[in-house]
Amino acid sequence: MYIYIQGTGCVSPQETAAGNALPATVSPWEGARLKAWEPDYKQWIDVKLIRRMSRVIKMGVAAAKLSLQEAGVEKPDAIITGTAYGCLDDTGVFLSKMINQQEEMLTPTAFIQSTHNTVAGQIALMLGCHGYNNTFVHKAFSFESALLDSMMILREGRLRSILTGAMDELTNHSFNILSRFDIYKKVPVTHEQLLKSDTHGTVAGEGAACFVLGTERGPNTKARLSGLTTLYKPAGKAEISADIDAFMAAHNCSQSEVSLFINGRNGDASGDEWYEHVENTIMAGKPVATFKHLCGEYPTAASFGMWMGCRILAEQQVAAAAMFKGEVPEKFEKILIYNQYKQTHHSLILLSVC
Amino acid sequence: MNSNVWIAGGGVICGIGNNLPECLEAFKRMEPGMAHMEYLHSVHRHTFPVVEVKASNATLAEWTGMPEHISRTALLSCVAAQEAWNSTGLGDISQYRVGFISANTVGGMDKTEDFFADYLQDTSKGHLNQVVHHECGAITELVADAMGIRHHISTISTACSSSANALMYGARLLKNNMVDVVIAGGTDALTRFTLNGFNTLMILDPAASRPFDDTRTGLNLGEGAGYVVLVSDALAAELPATRQPWCRLSGYANANDAYHQTASSPDGTGNFLAMQGALEMSGIKPEDIDYINLHGTGTQNNDAAEGAAIARLFAPEYPPVSSTKSFTGHTLGASGGIEAVFSAWSVKEGIIYPNANFHKQMKELPFAPVTKFTAGQELKHVMSNSFGFGGNCSSLVFSKNAQS
Repeated sequence: MYIYIQGTGCVSPQETAAGNALPATVSPWEGARLKAWEPDYKQWIDVKLIRRMSRVIKMGVAAAKLSLQEAGVEKPDAIITGTAYGCLDDTGVFLSKMINQQEEMLTPTAFIQSTHNTVAGQIALMLGCHGYNNTFVHKAFSFESALLDSMMILREGRLRSILTGAMDELTNHSFNILSRFDIYKKVPVTHEQLLKSDTHGTVAGEGAACFVLGTERGPNTKARLSGLTTLYKPAGKAEISADIDAFMAAHNCSQSEVSLFINGRNGDASGDEWYEHVENTIMAGKPVATFKHLCGEYPTAASFGMWMGCRILAEQQVAAAAMFKGEVPEKFEKILIYNQYKQTHHSLILLSVC
Repeated sequence: MNSNVWIAGGGVICGIGNNLPECLEAFKRMEPGMAHMEYLHSVHRHTFPVVEVKASNATLAEWTGMPEHISRTALLSCVAAQEAWNSTGLGDISQYRVGFISANTVGGMDKTEDFFADYLQDTSKGHLNQVVHHECGAITELVADAMGIRHHISTISTACSSSANALMYGARLLKNNMVDVVIAGGTDALTRFTLNGFNTLMILDPAASRPFDDTRTGLNLGEGAGYVVLVSDALAAELPATRQPWCRLSGYANANDAYHQTASSPDGTGNFLAMQGALEMSGIKPEDIDYINLHGTGTQNNDAAEGAAIARLFAPEYPPVSSTKSFTGHTLGASGGIEAVFSAWSVKEGIIYPNANFHKQMKELPFAPVTKFTAGQELKHVMSNSFGFGGNCSSLVFSKNAQS
């Protein structure tokens, strides 16, 4: 059974939410923090609701609506989300008040909206969707688990379409705290410099990307989700190479069939060595595109990578800003996406044109 | 794809016992675990009873071999996951492709809230080792790493239905032959964050909770962890004769109430759809269910919605029902896992658990919970319900025999 990608939607630091395409010009950022470019949410959400919603909820709902619009699906049969950090803003608000007010005189709104399943629950509520509803919260496997659950359920044959997505927000608190773990660049870099900086650290990002997956082609279907796998804490680069080989073999995909290799280079010198290794071995000679200089690094950033891969297959062209090395191919047929987060969480996604 | 999913074992730690046999003793003796807070430090310690695990972090660390300074949520998880694995007789874990699917609602929040107190004074302060395991997934990884599991790990968070969904995802992994065995369930330690959150919703009972009682006014929070071990037909056949599977996970379903972010719809739409879906997957009728382990939190709204959904689905004959939360408190992300262990054991041993503190029949319902412990009954099918915030509703069905 084929799994089709019937629609996509993305809110990211680029203006992806405006036209559901990657704009030719890259939005600049300051410091080591990329903030999402937010659309006018009124086109999808009641103004009264917008005021109460934190950014991660709004971004998630907008990405969901965009993908459903493109798919021509009003109400999916299931909603499955992935989020590593959940609703950080509301969590921070409730936690701060609880501490500052010594556990007295607290109000429920932030607590209610702090649960990790808030976005999936809100989407279900807005769509009146009583179907299967799940939320995965496993660090940089959150999105991949949501995708895998969707694929397994679709293959059971009872459901026709599933809204699957990932969303994570960066807040002032989370950026401050994550910065103290020394994972971001100390010296400002531009999007052009980031991936060639050869220094320690990356830049922080955020965003939401949603996909309508189905067992049939929709009116705007241009791509299939052909394969997905994850690898936790590989012993070394040899293990990831073996894993990619096995993954490709399992999906009857030879190296020559891959039109484009998209990977998660983020400018952190030691982390990028993994990508370098694959670019020079299994994917030697393949054109390479990257995405974290466009969306920043965050645990569910692979969802932006998959969104970009889907747009490339749909439009049969790649934005110049996304190309990292090699010649742009004439036709895009299969795209392999390899992402790793902090060198512990590795994932592979295979997309095919259709 | 249509192979059976067997329960090869289980483990639990909660406020009425540090393992399954201790919990069973508490049910037999009718000893619920509500008490004053001993380990959680909150200004509400004399206002709301809780159901704490009666062990310090140092003790839990000693039992598990994990460091004492990590989140209590991970320590509890490890105790129950180790008991679950050891109960199966499967031996050396490294010889299998193992999945560990664990649910929780607030990750390492117990440590984050200590960190935040210092951090809010000065953003350069606070020990980073208190916040490094804040993410829900970090808790799962601490335990997976301690047990030597790396084939497939994931974490689910759908509020109070979280760990029931972990069993469903685990069952799918098995059916797709991605793993040989799955340890599935959930964990949550008490935190000030959740205690205060539930307090703002005004659904904490200052006395012992009374699930499905007409005078109920709220829930008591508890803590703990519970895991079952899921195996396929092939591995079930290899189990030693003395360690035969407890029962089968024959059906499960998840539905959304799509009514309100926290409240349940008056007719329990999501609850109804989840129970109906689970029965359908099991291939059985409502009258085949021999016992329901209720979600039964003890709040006005929750019990009314669950009761209405049961009345609609099961009328005119109702199976015995009870809420074990009247003993364990509401353990949130752990509750579905803990209750899955109780329910699976219930099929194996023919046990119907008592519902504590029940005195007054709910006016709107045609049935009442069971109040006495009984064992040795012939129970073919047992249902376990878990419903939560965000409209997330899940039901599981455990069954005695192999699918014919």
